[in-house]
Formats: sequence, structure tokens, C-alpha cells
Amino acid sequence: MERTALRRRLTWQTGTVTQVREETSTARTIVLDLPDWPGHLAGQHLDVRLTAPDGYRASRSYSIASAWTGEGVELTVEQVPDGEVSPYLVEVLKVGDPLEVRGPVGGWFVWRPEDTGPVQLIGGGSGVVPLMAMLRTHAHAASTTPVRLLYSVRRPASVIYRPDLKDLAASDDVDVTFVYTREAPPGEPRVGRIDAELLAAKAFGPADDPTTYVCGPTPFVEAVADLLVAAGHDPSKVRTERFGPTGGPR
Amino acid sequence: MGIVSPGFTGRRRGGSDLPPGQYLTRDFPVLSAGPTPHVLPEHWEFSITTETGEVHKWDWAAFQALPSEEITRDIHCVTRWSKLETDWKGVSLDTLLADVETGADFAMAHSYGGYTTNLPLEDLLDGQAWVAYEFDGEPLGAEHGGPARLLVPHLYFWKSAKWVRGLVLSDTDDLGFWESAGYHEYGDPWKEQRYAGD
Ligand SMILES: Cc1cc2nc3c(=O)[nH]c(=O)nc-3n(C[C@H](O)[C@H](O)[C@H](O)COP(=O)(O)OP(=O)(O)OC[C@H]3O[C@@H](n4cnc5c(N)ncnc54)[C@H](O)[C@@H]3O)c2cc1C
Repeated sequence: MERTALRRRLTWQTGTVTQVREETSTARTIVLDLPDWPGHLAGQHLDVRLTAPDGYRASRSYSIASAWTGEGVELTVEQVPDGEVSPYLVEVLKVGDPLEVRGPVGGWFVWRPEDTGPVQLIGGGSGVVPLMAMLRTHAHAASTTPVRLLYSVRRPASVIYRPDLKDLAASDDVDVTFVYTREAPPGEPRVGRIDAELLAAKAFGPADDPTTYVCGPTPFVEAVADLLVAAGHDPSKVRTERFGPTGGPR
Repeated sequence: MGIVSPGFTGRRRGGSDLPPGQYLTRDFPVLSAGPTPHVLPEHWEFSITTETGEVHKWDWAAFQALPSEEITRDIHCVTRWSKLETDWKGVSLDTLLADVETGADFAMAHSYGGYTTNLPLEDLLDGQAWVAYEFDGEPLGAEHGGPARLLVPHLYFWKSAKWVRGLVLSDTDDLGFWESAGYHEYGDPWKEQRYAGD
């Protein structure tokens, strides 16, 4: 496919922040105007580069949260306590500021509207970001491919995109399930991590032959991908993206 | 060149001994494209296939019988973490390639699970690369590529293919998995060769 497109030379470009939206008390969406953006596929990421007045630089990767509609690119950043880049993006950056990015990058963890098989999305925490780009692309393309999202969060207040997800879930083709690991809202008795039983009840099974996208912190992705393979899913149809860098104690 | 980010000063956890754009981590992050393959040593096999189709094969017992080396190197992931002085044990590619007759310039590493990555053959020789099966004195865990992975510490770590099962030597430089998806075909961390064209 777009092998050449994906191998295009990437240069840094400067965008302008046109809007910021608080998603939770620790996560924020940044809308960027990027005049030279070539467009992107749902699931791709970009690199953000910050430069201090003395020339010191730090870069990190962020998934693109928005569908490509011809204008603007959205990122959603969850603040990592003590982090170098995410606290700047969540707390300091403001409307009108410039931001350097390059991308899009990645051609594996992507969903295209031409893909018609069932899609299972499984996100933990900010791992929902590239999955949201897939849901938005699905809606934008008016795709009727069945999509299910399992979204694992600590508590109701940690849900990113709650209103948007509610709107999307109103479509016949999209099914959204929240999984609360620490504290559930009233009326939702289950508190706990995603397990085999929950997958069997809420996710597409191997017989549906879905393509499954799993994204989140490394231990989350490891656990979910192992459960999927144990349940009989073809490993080559389970795509993962691990939001490092923590890989657990080692 | 470029712009100054208003209000950014940075925490500067990098170090002068790190390649540009990298920062230090103490954990051992895991980054791969799909579920972790669980390959039992007794089912593991490593092969080298030359450009003429000649195949050299080692099963786990034959591989363990080869002379091994202890290796201490810094490793650098394209997602920007670096880990210093990691300890490995493995078999040098010099040992594995000693009896392989080839005029090929390139190698494609193949892994259980379908992953591939391309390397110039000369980057695998002269004490630069190993098939490693221990980390920190312990058998290599499946999430880090066990039972055995390629270890090519002078290149970004995606070249150090996990769950490695073989090398296919070739006269042409084809692209592996991440290289086809926009990453640099060579991946020198000191030159910051992250993406195609860097
Ligand atoms: C392909 C890709 C896509 C990503 N997309 C997103 C995204 O859409 N939204 C988003 O918020 N983040 C995303 N990330 C993570 C992001 O790149 C940064 O790692 C994160 O923002 C932390 O950077 P920092 O500079 O604030 O923290 P650092 O200064 O790098 O780290 C500070 C401390 O926090 C730990 N830490 C760093 N990152 C995490 C993490 N994600 N979870 C737990 N602990 C961590 C570090 O080990 C360190 O101890 C993505 C990462 C990758 C590789």
C-alpha cells in the first residue's frame, strides 16, 4: 500500500494551538493548526519537540486523537507526575502558542475505513487516544463496520472523551463498555480489571475474526494481549501499542 | 533552528553520555507490535539462510553448546529511553556466521510472531552483535524476547529483534517491519536516524 507515503521524509513543522479542552483533571486535548500537515491514518502518532531558551530540547510521541478531515490535528495528553514533557503540554501550553511536531508516524497500529472486518478496540487510560481516532474516522467515513470499544479506567472521573463516546455509542455499529478498576459509578457493580470472562461477554470472540487494537501502559497491553491469545485469537490480528516507557520493575 | 517553546525549561534527565534526544530509564520498557509469543526453548530453532539458499540450523541444545559471551552495553530505544550498562549473555554472530559461506551484504532478521528487521551484514560482525538468551543473569523473559533475541546495541533497539528465529542473507537491502512503516532503514542512535530520511 502506501509504503512510499509512509516512508516520506519527515521534517519538523510548527503548528499553532487553536484550542485546548480539559478532558479530565489530568488530561487535556490540544487542537493544532498545521498548515503543512499531509493528513494521517487513524492510529498514527506524531512527535512533539519542545525547546528551552538555551536550546535544550525534549521530544515525546503522542497519538493523534482526531480523524483527518482536512484541517487541524488533535492530541490528548495525560499528565505523568514528574514528567518532563506532559506537564508542559497539560499545564503550560496555551492557545496561540507555537508547537513543533513531525509526523505522522507508524503504519501498523492503524485502521482504514476500507477495512471491513469487525474491529475490537481495547484501551487503558490514555491508551484510548488512538482508538478514539479510529472511532472518529469510522464515524467520519460513515462506515458500517461493527466496532466495539472496551475502555479500562480507574474511576468514572478518569474517563477521557465521555460526551464524545456517548454520542458515538448511539450509533448502531458502535458498542462502548467501560471497565472500572478502582471505583465504579452508582449502578455499575463491577470493579476490576479486564479478565477472560469480561472479554467473553463484551468483546468480539475469535469466531467473529476481528482485528483487535490494544493500547495503553505496557503491563495493561501485555495482560490483555495474553488473554486474547489464550482465548484463541489469531496473534497476527492483535495489534498493540505500548505507551512506554514504564515496563514494570526489572 | 526551530522555535522556542514559551515557558519550557525542561527537567533534563538526559546525560552527556547519551545519544541526542534520549533520556535515561531504570526500568526495562517493552515495545512490540503484537502479543508476546511464548516460545519454549525445546521448540526454538535458529537458522541462517544464505543468498544461495543454504541453511544452517541450531536447535536449543546445539545453540547452548556454542561458546557464549557476557556482554555489557548501553541500549537505546527509538521511543527515546536509554538504559546504561545492561548485562547479557549470548552467542556472538561471529561464532554463528563462522562456517557460513556468503558474499551477501544484507541480512533480514526473522522472529517468531512474524516480525522482521533489516541490517547490513557488516553490522552483525566483528563483535557487534549477539543472539542473547540471558539478561541480568536470568533466562531472558518472553516479554523481552526470550528464549533468545538479537542484540545489536549500536543501533536503535528495534533492530535487536525479539524472539529471533533466523537470519536470511541477501544481496539486496529490503525493508523490515518497522522500516516499511516509516522508520529509518539503518537506525544509528548517535545520528538520530529515527525515521525514513533522517
Ligand atoms: C507511540 C506512542 C504514542 C503515545 N501517545 C500518547 C498519547 O496519546 N497521550 C499520552 O498522554 N501519552 C502518549 N504516549 C506517552 C508519551 O510519549 C510520554 O511518554 C508521556 O507523555 C510521558 O512523558 P513525560 O516527558 O511527561 O515523562 P518523562 O519525563 O518521560 O517520564 C517521567 C516519569 O514517568 C514515567 N512515565 C513516562 N511515561 C509514562 C506513562 N505513559 N505511563 C506511566 N509512567 C510513565 C517515566 O518512567 C518516568 O519515571 C505515547 C507514547 C508512545 C511511544
